[in-house]
Amino acid sequence: MNRGGTTHEYLLELMKLPEAGFLEMLELVDIKKSYQQPNGDALPILSIPRFDVAAGEQVVLVGRSGGGKTTLLHVIAGITRPDSGQILFEGRSIEGLSEAASDRFRATWMGYVFQTFNLLPAFTALENVLLGMTFSRKPVDSGRASQLLDRVGLGDRMQHKPTAMSVGEQQRVAVARALANKPRLLLADEPTANIDTANQQNIIDLIRETAEEEQISLVLVTHATEVADQFDRIVHLEEINELATKTSTAATTADDL
Amino acid sequence: MLTCFSMALGVTLMVAVIAIHGVVNESFKVGQYLGYNILVGPKGGKLQLTLNSVYYLDEPIENIPYDYYLEFVPQEQREADFQHSLQQHAHDIHWELTRGMQQAMGTSLASGTAGLVTQLATTAVRLDAEQSLPGKRVGQFAGPFTFLAIPLLLGDYYESFRVVGTTPDMFGTMKYGPSADRQYEFSSGRNFKTHSKEHGFFEAVVGSVVARQTNLHVGDKINPRHGAVDGHTHNQPFTIVGILDSTGTPNDRAVFVNMEGFYLMADHAKPVEETESEEDEEEDAEDDHEEVFDTITPLPVEQREVTAVLLQVDPIFSVGLPNQINEGSVAQAIYPIREINKFFGTFIGPVLGLLVVITLMICIVSGVGILVSIYNSMSDRRHEIAVLRALGAERSTVLWIILFESLILSITGGLIGWIMGHGLVACASPIVESKTGVAVGFFDLAPALPPYLPISPELLLVPLLAILAIAVGLIPAMAAYRTDVSQSLGK
Repeated sequence: MNRGGTTHEYLLELMKLPEAGFLEMLELVDIKKSYQQPNGDALPILSIPRFDVAAGEQVVLVGRSGGGKTTLLHVIAGITRPDSGQILFEGRSIEGLSEAASDRFRATWMGYVFQTFNLLPAFTALENVLLGMTFSRKPVDSGRASQLLDRVGLGDRMQHKPTAMSVGEQQRVAVARALANKPRLLLADEPTANIDTANQQNIIDLIRETAEEEQISLVLVTHATEVADQFDRIVHLEEINELATKTSTAATTADDL
Repeated sequence: MLTCFSMALGVTLMVAVIAIHGVVNESFKVGQYLGYNILVGPKGGKLQLTLNSVYYLDEPIENIPYDYYLEFVPQEQREADFQHSLQQHAHDIHWELTRGMQQAMGTSLASGTAGLVTQLATTAVRLDAEQSLPGKRVGQFAGPFTFLAIPLLLGDYYESFRVVGTTPDMFGTMKYGPSADRQYEFSSGRNFKTHSKEHGFFEAVVGSVVARQTNLHVGDKINPRHGAVDGHTHNQPFTIVGILDSTGTPNDRAVFVNMEGFYLMADHAKPVEETESEEDEEEDAEDDHEEVFDTITPLPVEQREVTAVLLQVDPIFSVGLPNQINEGSVAQAIYPIREINKFFGTFIGPVLGLLVVITLMICIVSGVGILVSIYNSMSDRRHEIAVLRALGAERSTVLWIILFESLILSITGGLIGWIMGHGLVACASPIVESKTGVAVGFFDLAPALPPYLPISPELLLVPLLAILAIAVGLIPAMAAYRTDVSQSLGK
């Protein structure tokens, strides 16, 4: 971790656009994470010696429930802190950031698509998309927000609230929101698990296409083989997480952490 | 939304209670701006004397003799009053003599000697009176330190309002207000006169509330009713010559008539002779007797009584004088302001205290209500907060969002509540005004409570609401701050 200078300068450095031609988008080194069980014992979830994502690469992550897929995404996003290990984002170490800095980093450089969409019901589609750029360091650009809604095919429904939309449409809004801040890395956690079969493929296509258009690296988690099979690189969690098979029985009670 | 509404209701109640508190407070406080410092009335309850003479509320106790009242007035007025009496005596004696002579000698002779007889009688009575009636000397309680003595005659009503017999000094010489420097103003007409060419002794002035509620105007004639509200109506109309501006004092709720006219009404005393003529009347005893007989003459001193006397006495002497009066057997002197304060402290004060306690309880309950409803909405919000956090909102951002929300909620609710509360009070204002004489407009803030609070308690409402909002918002905001994103986010 060669930070150089003060922490503040380092943070400013992190907020800058990365240098062109970086090969590795994301590098995880020796990541370990365990949860505290109610009886006080530690429940190990992740032990990842190494996991890399190349710039512009689209990776699908598959594995059994309770394998720690969501936890892994949370760790990458900085929502959850690893107990130990190193996360390099385009060559910069981000796991040591303060919580606030980590929040801002996520707001600026990452997009997240959830299984349950997590749109705010009180806001319109457009406002939800705008929320995706509100907390970033970049200026709020409502033009981009409407462009994105146009792109996901909801140009005529910008002022609708999520409750007035079908699940497929809601997830489209969520995709637009995830792209709003022009992220470098898009994380998608089972984005089609709550969507009817007819719309599943549309969503997957939308995510993959927009990621490609915007030159964003994608890490998509799914347990649907028909989704996973479309990706060039399929990563089984057991391959990278030493604990995935061992904890699978114990973790069923931990409800897919 | 519901939270905002419950906040609004709470504030409505608070504002209304504060306003009522203010009204009750004020309605008794303005009574203190009397313009006189000592009240002389018959022996009896001090509070009753205060209530009926200051607020025109309770029944009058008894009366005190008119010549006792004259003890408070300077020599000239005493003399003038006694002169009236003398004329009356002369008139009576003349009448009896004439009748006696008529019986003895026949009408023609009697009429010829009438003038002579009157003069004889007047001289005789005056000689007699100067010994028996103390007209020539200065009143016992008069003097340079008794600035003002105004008689008050109670017992009649016009509709539900008190009719008060008094002298024009009531509005001419006496001032009112906190420092007794405000002149009574008339919204229309003028003050009544002791005797006028148009209406004789029968002029009246009405308070602002009376005028508004009974729709009386200058020039209207009113017939006071004797005794209680359902008593018989006097057959002697008074003409309204003036309507008082609103003063906020109990005087807004009374009809004031000329004392001389009051005495001449049936049942108040027996006037010697009544005719309908309203020709100018000369007060000089030496004037042509024919004219004297043809007019209504004032009631002689002996037949007069007053209910109370309002005294404005030099503060330095305002201790000795009441003692002197109270030592006598005729009357008592009280300090009305002291009685009001005592009454206030004993009866109204605790009630107001209770109101304040109730207000505080309402504040606390509605505050807790808001806390609970914001907190309840937190379980739904926890997820939203987690989403915001996942989108990159910092903990402190989320904290401020929740705090700001509860602030907006409280202020909005408070504003709606304030408007509703004042609307409520404004709606009730006519009723309140007719009962207490205190008018509360929509934009009137509740009055300040001087010893404890130098400003209107309503002005405290906004900072208090803000503090409450922050206190109430802080708990959910802290919960939001502590929200564990990865657990609350779901998938």
